[in-house]
Amino acid sequence: MSASSAFNDEKGGSSSVGEPEYGHDPASGGIFSSDYKRHDDLKEMLDSNKDSLKLEAMKRIVAMIARGKNASDLFPAVVKNVACKNIEVKKLVYVYLVRYAEEQQDLALLSISTFQRGLKDPNQLIRASALRVLSSIRVTIIVPIMMLAIKEAASDMSPYVRKTAAHAIPKLYSLDPEQKDQLIEVIEKLLADKTTLVAGSVVMAFEEVCPERIDLIHKNYRKLCNLLIDVEEWGQVVIINMLTRYARTQFLNPNINESLLEEGGGGDKTFYGSDGNDADEEDEEDRQKKAEAAALAKRKPYVMDPDHRLLLRNTKPLLQSRNAAVVMAVAQLYFHLAPKAEVGVIAKALVRLLRSHSEVQYVVLQNVATMTIKRRGMFEPYLKSFYIRSTDPTQIKILKLEVLTNLANETNISTILREFQTYIKSVDKDFVAATIQAIGRCATNIGEVRDTCLNGLVQLLSNRDELVVAESVVVIKKLLQMQPEKHSDIIKHMAKLTDNIQVPMARASILWLIGEYCEHVPKIAPDVLRKMAKSFTNEEDIVKLQILNLAAKLYLTNSKQTKLLTQYVLNLAKYDQNYDIRDRARFIRQLIVPTEKSGALSKYAKKLFLALKPAPVLESPFKDRDHFQLGSLSHLLNAKAGGYQELPDWPEAAPDPSVRNVEVPEWTKCSSREKRKEKKAEKPFYSDSEGESGPTESADSELYSSSGSESGSAENGSASESQESEEASESEEEEEEDDEKKKMKKKEFKKPVQESESEESSEEEERKRARKSKQRKSDSESESDEDDESDSESTQSKSEDSESERDVGKKKKETQSKVPSKTVANDSKNEKKEMSLLDLDDFEPAASPQVTPVNSFLSSSLVSDLEGLSLCDSALSPAALSPSGPQKSYELLHRITGEGLSVEYRFSRQPFGPDPNMVAVQMHFVNSAAADARNLHMEDVRLQSGMRVQEFPEIELLPAGETGAAVMGIDFCDSTQAANFQLCTHSRKFFVSIQPPVGELMKPVFMTENEFKKEQGQLMGMNEITERLTLDAKCRNEHAIVQRVTTAANLGRVPCGSDKECRFAGRTVSGGGLVLVTVATKEDGAAQLTLNCDKMVIGTMLVKDVMLALAQ
Amino acid sequence: MVGCYSSAPCHRRLILLTEATTASSFNEKTVKYETENYDKSLLSSKMIHSLFLVNSSGDIFLEKHWKSVVSRSVCDYFFEAQERASEPENVPPVIPTPHHYLINVLRHRIYFVAVIQSEVPPLFVIEFLHRVVDTFQQDYFGVCTEAAIKDNVVVVYELLEEMLDNGFPLATESNILKELIKPPTILRTMVNTITGSTNVGEQLPTGQLSVVPWRRTGVKYTNNEAYFDVVEEIDAIIDKSGSTITAEIQGVIDACVKLTGMPDLTLSFMNPRLLDDVSFHPCVRFKRWEAERILSFIPPDGNFRLLSYHVSSQNLVAIPVYVKHNITFREGSSQGRFDLTLGPKQTMGKAVESVLVSSQLPRGVLNANLNPSQGTYTFDPVTKLLTWDVGKINPQKLPNLKGTMSLQAGASKPDENPTINIQFKIQQMAISGLKVNRLDMYGEKYKPFKGIKYMTKAGKFQVRT
Repeated sequence: MSASSAFNDEKGGSSSVGEPEYGHDPASGGIFSSDYKRHDDLKEMLDSNKDSLKLEAMKRIVAMIARGKNASDLFPAVVKNVACKNIEVKKLVYVYLVRYAEEQQDLALLSISTFQRGLKDPNQLIRASALRVLSSIRVTIIVPIMMLAIKEAASDMSPYVRKTAAHAIPKLYSLDPEQKDQLIEVIEKLLADKTTLVAGSVVMAFEEVCPERIDLIHKNYRKLCNLLIDVEEWGQVVIINMLTRYARTQFLNPNINESLLEEGGGGDKTFYGSDGNDADEEDEEDRQKKAEAAALAKRKPYVMDPDHRLLLRNTKPLLQSRNAAVVMAVAQLYFHLAPKAEVGVIAKALVRLLRSHSEVQYVVLQNVATMTIKRRGMFEPYLKSFYIRSTDPTQIKILKLEVLTNLANETNISTILREFQTYIKSVDKDFVAATIQAIGRCATNIGEVRDTCLNGLVQLLSNRDELVVAESVVVIKKLLQMQPEKHSDIIKHMAKLTDNIQVPMARASILWLIGEYCEHVPKIAPDVLRKMAKSFTNEEDIVKLQILNLAAKLYLTNSKQTKLLTQYVLNLAKYDQNYDIRDRARFIRQLIVPTEKSGALSKYAKKLFLALKPAPVLESPFKDRDHFQLGSLSHLLNAKAGGYQELPDWPEAAPDPSVRNVEVPEWTKCSSREKRKEKKAEKPFYSDSEGESGPTESADSELYSSSGSESGSAENGSASESQESEEASESEEEEEEDDEKKKMKKKEFKKPVQESESEESSEEEERKRARKSKQRKSDSESESDEDDESDSESTQSKSEDSESERDVGKKKKETQSKVPSKTVANDSKNEKKEMSLLDLDDFEPAASPQVTPVNSFLSSSLVSDLEGLSLCDSALSPAALSPSGPQKSYELLHRITGEGLSVEYRFSRQPFGPDPNMVAVQMHFVNSAAADARNLHMEDVRLQSGMRVQEFPEIELLPAGETGAAVMGIDFCDSTQAANFQLCTHSRKFFVSIQPPVGELMKPVFMTENEFKKEQGQLMGMNEITERLTLDAKCRNEHAIVQRVTTAANLGRVPCGSDKECRFAGRTVSGGGLVLVTVATKEDGAAQLTLNCDKMVIGTMLVKDVMLALAQ
Repeated sequence: MVGCYSSAPCHRRLILLTEATTASSFNEKTVKYETENYDKSLLSSKMIHSLFLVNSSGDIFLEKHWKSVVSRSVCDYFFEAQERASEPENVPPVIPTPHHYLINVLRHRIYFVAVIQSEVPPLFVIEFLHRVVDTFQQDYFGVCTEAAIKDNVVVVYELLEEMLDNGFPLATESNILKELIKPPTILRTMVNTITGSTNVGEQLPTGQLSVVPWRRTGVKYTNNEAYFDVVEEIDAIIDKSGSTITAEIQGVIDACVKLTGMPDLTLSFMNPRLLDDVSFHPCVRFKRWEAERILSFIPPDGNFRLLSYHVSSQNLVAIPVYVKHNITFREGSSQGRFDLTLGPKQTMGKAVESVLVSSQLPRGVLNANLNPSQGTYTFDPVTKLLTWDVGKINPQKLPNLKGTMSLQAGASKPDENPTINIQFKIQQMAISGLKVNRLDMYGEKYKPFKGIKYMTKAGKFQVRT
């Protein structure tokens, strides 16, 4: 003890004195400058019982390791400290241990027990770190221990420990591949994990251990797709790359019909159609539609697997990631998997990456270069982003040049060539050479500019820089080969250059040209040969070979003048140092100089030498690179890298999609099959009812979107934590700017999810209890209890003040409940515009079956109800002006598919209270099954971007034989895209979709004739569509016209002085775009329909619907 | 293996240059060594195997291995590629070697060379390396120079250990890292040397377990502040005649948020339609943006980049400066004329500041004898780089740089035209017209101090002559 204290004193002294030796910081100067060999004092420091000394020693040792110095002889001294209490010392010991354990296997075993103890620690972080270090020690003898530890950790409570287990799997696998089978079991187990924390790591382990076991993914496919957005960014990259491969084995090629579509003239232009607002869009659309219809008729329509769509949809937002690797991963996924028309979305994101570091640019440009070959149209709008700046590094310049060349076509070539002209003047000569080659490629690809390019290149022949001239010569040679007869003057000009140009390749090219076309320049050619013969011995090998060629060709065409010269050259070549040249000379001599011994071939000498040679094809080096998965190392190097997994070809026929269904029960499969069939059968129903007015997209995508409704049938993802959080955030997004609600939200955020839920629910329960007691008095039906299970979302939305007025609300309800099953209620959320329920009875007898969903008005106050009523009155008044036709019901879920539960929906044309931008959809449930249906609610809503849904409140119980109703709101964003979601009962989930006819996307507005005319005047030109039609025989009076128009579209009648005209006005629900319709009747049923709408797509679709309605 | 490893000389590059024979025998050795390791490497997993830090003179000054040790001689392939490249930035980012692939990035004149053994998306590695540099620079050392790394080698090592596990990124969020390893400060270094305490966090990092991994818990400030800087850069190419060939605006919103607790912020714009293409910090709720064009997020603590955006190309870009130039060389004369005038164009009444003009003059130019009406200019006769530090543009008296250039006697007139690169700043304006509407905070009771600053800068702004 005294000794050690003495040592410490001494050490303390020396550390201050010895500072110059070690430096202040162990990492600084001292260690680096002196070759530090005396490890004894380090050992002593490690043996001391002072943490600070240990730490000091460990820091120095780590600095040595960092520097690449060997510190292995310290192993025994260091490993003793593995159980040190000081965290930093411990960490540094770990660093050391992981680095040297492999070399000192026996000693390393001493540390194992410490980690084994750590694996049992109650703290998850300590368990995780113990496993992490244990698995990093590359000592074969501990493989069984590691295996055990991994297995245990894989079923740990903490997701963080499970993540660490996933990380440990590849480590163990590389240590002992024999463990593969056992490891696969662990991977399978972890793949089923529902937390985002684990997902990325386990897929990484999967990719390294068993990438061929694609079957393990089936059951987890949908979950991975859904979790993707919340996984950390590095995990996202790995998952996306894996899913790309998976999708290639499981789905059909979406571009299978590409060629057929292209015939129709849609082709490349599809990307523009959507954003171009030009006048002929309509035409374009029509043509495309016809073409597609024709194509569809010819073959069986391609239907995208809903899971395929799911993947595309869930990866798309990640294009906005800040991480370039994620963006690239999504881009390659779209390139390899998406239908051609949808690939365009990635261009913008990739162009954004060009602003990043030059290494990122380098990789992205390589990939863009490959993409531009297959899909030029995609990057054409971004042409200017590839313009080259003088400050770009050369390798970036050359890649940009490649992209520009690939993008060149007849329309933009002049711009590109002008750009190239400035590049030629650059200081960077490598880049200039590349530009000249690029010009050559443009010239070969685009016939119109060939002469221009050639002239430009010829001008370059007088450039002062030899490299430029040489490169031009080489390119000109290639171009001339295409049409030599027209350009003998260029050849002459080039012949003169032989005196000056020294670059061998250029000289060789000129000689070859003269030889090849010696008949075009009969006078000059022999002279060139004469000069060359003189300088023969000093030429480079490639030049010599071309001199020989020239001599041979001249001898064959013009032997009189060149016989001696040829002989001379051949003699020189005979004694050349290079055996290739000697060989060539011998060969040529035998062929062309007739001797008695010469073989039969010499007869054909002329044919051999002067055969017509095909012009070279100047191709991009990036052609066909896309057989490598884009974004991969192999693609970048254009060579297969070790461990590269080939991107499989699309299957001929899709493998059974039901493998991805998660639910176990037997009937799931058959019913999902059935539903699938039925969906297809439903299709014509849709297209019939909507006539030719279909949505603007191609027929293909229409098919996807409707079939997308089946997506992910019977998925059980709802249980996962992350999805809950996702839902929470979703709900938050949907909620209005209500401060009170906000506060509630915040509360939720502060706590971990589970906690907040429990708290939330207890609060809720209290409230419910209160509510229930009141309810009981009035309840006549079991439905009244429905609210009990209403989720936190709806509780949040219910404002606190409703409590005070609940009594009133209850009274209200009492009156309502007298007419149960005949009222429609709208979900109420917003204070002012709220309109919670509305009795449709008066003007719509029995047209639609209705039921009172109790929960909605439980929460709302009478005040708001009344407000709603009054508001709805005014909203209805325009509708009341016209005899509102019975609104059509659409089937959402058929009785058979739904196993007794059938659901219909219709567009109630009422303003949707909680959100005026939403279309109210009234749902009517009929439970014809023998059993009660419980917990009817919506889940897993899949929408096009921008669309939103306000889910209907959960219906807790729908007894057998009963009917029920609910109202939901959908913001379709003024498009006819379907809203897809799952309709869930306590036991089943059904994939359903709601697709609005265009006429339901608007709401009536009231305006006077003058206002109407004024608005109409502002919507002329492109916004006006006029059609002539003949009215149906039954539809020649004003009343019928009004009825038919208002049935087809939710428009309000505008009073009008003339009885020859009917006017209607409305606004689109979500965008508020004005829709004005005028029907002017003439004699004999002729009529003119005028539609003014600032949303042209809506306009064109609506015109068709209205026409159809009137001409029926 | 150990032998080979310790015998690897640091100045391999010099040896390569001087003794070709030695170098080749050395390479053989490398190959042999790698063959021995090869069987193992087939099994060894993907991702990053090792990392070498190489300075501008070609010394490896730090190495870190996440799996078995790869000899530093593998860097010879990198040095060869470096040799071949004319400029430092022309070293190819990916270099294949017989058994490895080297992926490197160049930052602050340090090459970060990652050794990869098998297929991995190159951007994955590149992005990660940049993230490492950003972490060093922004969160730990302030700068990322060779000296800073050497001074903090232990912290660097600890960081690298946490950031990668078995070559796969583990913790790259700065707030988790800061919990694990405290950034060195002068005060802490002093305290540490006296008390022998450590940089490693005493508490276990809970951030890794949190649902908001980018924010640590229990943040406390006495002054609660949130500052946002909207910085827009104009990239443009202007041609000889002064017309714009291409111009676009890229912007970022950098934030410095120092707020107590778990604040939930929303930031809305007056004109969100301007934003064409955006990329977000992971904290931003994507769906909310999609639906309402509102940025809603729980911010990370401290400095971070909230979003970067691109202004839609339909909008015409206002070019704030114009250049009148007359740079001529006459055939036969050994003199060239140089005349350059800058002026403000569309600046919306704001002053154009910190103007810096630089131009790479043709190689034939020996010297320049110029006369600036304001500011100072320098001409480097070796690199031929002319820079003119103009300062602020005074619209009444436009800055002008005029004079002669002397050329090599007898040399013919250079045919290349120099491009002029311009840098400038305009304060208190976002050139695209983007305006933040309001910033609201939810979830916490206190009133934060909020500030928003706008700035416009030249990005890659070039004028061709």
